[in-house]
Amino acid sequence: MGADPLLHIKGLRIEGLSDGSWRPILRGIDLHLARGEVLGLIGESGAGKSTLGISAMGAVREGCRFADGEIRFDGQDLIALGDEGCRPLRGARIAYVAQSAAASFNPAHRLIDQTIEASIQHGLLTDGAARAEAVALYRQMQLPAPEEIGFRYPHQVSGGQLQRVMTAMAMLCRPDLIIFDEPTTALDVTTQVEVLAAIRSAVKTNGTAAIYVTHDLAVVSQMADRIMVLRHGQVVEEAQTRAMLAAPTQEYTRSLWAVRKLNRPNQPDAQALLTVVGASAAYPAGPEVLRDVSVTVPRGRTVAVVGESGSGKSTLARVITGLLPPVAGTITFDGTALSPTLAGRSHDMRRRIQMIYQSADTALNSRQRLSEIIGRPLSFYHGLSGAARDRRVAELLEQIELPPDFADRFPQELSGGQKQRVSIARALAAEPDLILCDEVTSALDQIVQEEILRLLMRLQDEKGISYLFITHDIATVRAIADRVVVMHRGAVVEQGPKAQILSPPHAPYTRLLLSSVPEMDPDWLGRLLELRSRG
Amino acid sequence: MSQSEATSRRPRSAAGLIAATVARRLGHGAFTLFVVSLVIFSLMSLMPGDFAKSILGQAATPETVAAFQREVGLDVPPVQRYVAWVGNVAHGDFGNSFVTSGAKKRAVADIIAPRLKNTMFLALITAALAVPLALGLGILTALKRNSFFDRAVNALTLTTISMPEFFMAYLLLMLFSTKLHWLPGLATVDAGDPFLEKLRRCTLPALTLTLVIVAHIMRMTRAAILNVLDDPYMEMARFKGITRARMVLRHALPNAWAPIANVVAFNLAYLIVGVVIVEVVFAYPGIGQLMVDAVSTRDIPVVQACSLIFAGVYVLLNLAADIASILSNPRLLFPR
Repeated sequence: MGADPLLHIKGLRIEGLSDGSWRPILRGIDLHLARGEVLGLIGESGAGKSTLGISAMGAVREGCRFADGEIRFDGQDLIALGDEGCRPLRGARIAYVAQSAAASFNPAHRLIDQTIEASIQHGLLTDGAARAEAVALYRQMQLPAPEEIGFRYPHQVSGGQLQRVMTAMAMLCRPDLIIFDEPTTALDVTTQVEVLAAIRSAVKTNGTAAIYVTHDLAVVSQMADRIMVLRHGQVVEEAQTRAMLAAPTQEYTRSLWAVRKLNRPNQPDAQALLTVVGASAAYPAGPEVLRDVSVTVPRGRTVAVVGESGSGKSTLARVITGLLPPVAGTITFDGTALSPTLAGRSHDMRRRIQMIYQSADTALNSRQRLSEIIGRPLSFYHGLSGAARDRRVAELLEQIELPPDFADRFPQELSGGQKQRVSIARALAAEPDLILCDEVTSALDQIVQEEILRLLMRLQDEKGISYLFITHDIATVRAIADRVVVMHRGAVVEQGPKAQILSPPHAPYTRLLLSSVPEMDPDWLGRLLELRSRG
Repeated sequence: MSQSEATSRRPRSAAGLIAATVARRLGHGAFTLFVVSLVIFSLMSLMPGDFAKSILGQAATPETVAAFQREVGLDVPPVQRYVAWVGNVAHGDFGNSFVTSGAKKRAVADIIAPRLKNTMFLALITAALAVPLALGLGILTALKRNSFFDRAVNALTLTTISMPEFFMAYLLLMLFSTKLHWLPGLATVDAGDPFLEKLRRCTLPALTLTLVIVAHIMRMTRAAILNVLDDPYMEMARFKGITRARMVLRHALPNAWAPIANVVAFNLAYLIVGVVIVEVVFAYPGIGQLMVDAVSTRDIPVVQACSLIFAGVYVLLNLAADIASILSNPRLLFPR
């Protein structure tokens, strides 16, 4: 490490405005980064890792401010330069790669125009040279049809490809530093592998320094030379990647490291509660998104439906709930045939099948108190009112491990995990036999995820509820499933008891899926790529 | 090579999409006009009082009334009258005015044409002034959100939009005509007047209308751009080191066009359809005054023709706004 680091942050404090007062987000951070070095920033959401990453460009998000400290980039004091003073550096010497490429590309312009925009704006390249360079980088990022892909609009390109275009965009001006802000979090594991490989090789080839922000330890251990663990806006621990993986010194780091402790051995099959036979479905005027799917959910068991986005997992749930009547196939529930449409189902049948959604933020009405959110199904399905309903709401809050006085709160006063608990209570209020869980833990931190999964398992043991658990996360499947259904492109690839599906021999797609799950071993990605290139 | 390939695909699919939209919307428009024609005709038939009496005067003898009714076709049943009217309109024939008869008989089209031309003239010069001004102010206030300039413009436009238009008209009249003698207070124009003279006479009514519609368009422009400024691609543009002006013009504006185009179309329609009060204040011979006069004289063919023209203006301007929205949205122009 040279005496003059590329980036040197000293005692950085950043505050954010919330409820009319400034609260600390970063509480005195020191950070240094040498040229060509990749630093991983890891921590749970709200740890301040993204804020720290962005501050390396001399920027803060809307509603935040620098309170104290110093950011020196190649000798220049970025805070003293100010937002406008830093502008010539951004996109030229310091580039940024955002989490959601789909949202971060302007929908109104072609990809190539956006890729070269910064280089033209900063007067670094001529239009022709920039376009040629962009195509070269598209090729380096292993994008298909590198000559042509730039002429597409963002909506015409897949998420994984967009993320690579964005990395090419960041690379175009040959910056000294790139900030990667959770660049693969929104991607499927199978796509993630390709993007990780492309980013890693591009950073290595061009000798760019990088700050890689993520909450996924396995991912960061593939990408970073050094890892910094953040919590509550402070550095918990910092070490070279291999050293930290081998021997984390702090308790908090170890808790992040610990592979998920929850691992229910799969229980034997029980009598079928829900049987879907040969279901096919399509959205109006669209192609078939579900093809000849047959699935059985045994009573009191958990069936995990796993697959990448677009595999038809959520469509299957919509078919079972009756929201999307299938074009073919039958659904049997507890021995009786279910009407394909919601309108054709009895009040009681609707009560018996409930649903929990991925985003509790949008699934809960932010203008209703918890007593109303949970109480509504109690009135609707069980005719409860007044004191009886209040008592039942308190019971349900107790079951989801929230204090009874939460009944008077609004959803936005709750943390992400607590909100998801409320969603569970709302489903429980109907006293269902089957709950469809659609990616219910995907938006949550590792630690909170595990708490929610434990809660769901406890409720299953107590009440004998069956779960159809939709997820793209293999670790979650490993933790809770009794049976596993692997889906790909609207069809079932294979299904069976967890022990059978997760151990070899695998169907080819299952093998691809399982091998794409990052492991906490810095050599995992290299090994995997070598293995795949050999076929 | 690849670029020409990529762009060569564009006109066909885009033109096809727009042609389909235009065709569909024209169909809707034709249906709307049909419904409007029914409503207009029914309302005319329900209008209180006797057409013949109100036109010929109370002293008219039963014979002259019957003769008049025969002449203008009021003696046949309403359904038959409606069918004949719609049929003629479809051929471009709006019939003859009731008020003029015998040797002085005038076709409705001849009465309306010069008035419509005047209205269009006033609408065009107002639009040429107001639309660029409003868009510019909207963009500037969005750029300088919460600055003194932003607040001042917002307060000012809020004031102009809150005042009744006739009040605004009299205010301008008092200031620029009565007190300062800069501009004529009467906007009586003739077809033969030279262009500059017409322009001078139209200045006050155009200014009044500008004050009315600028606020509307400017506020929508500002809101639409601010709405887009929070999108992640705007943050990305900032982190790419794009200047603030370019961020708004190149990154925000193209994504804010749809609502802006709609409000512009709506206001242009107002300039043709809703300006009767301003016309009255400045004695401007536009189509709005003509229609009001026709209502009071029970000149039914004129009223019906004006109503249909107004409905047609709305249909066409809304179509234009829709096409502008499609053209500004690659998702619609280039389906996956």
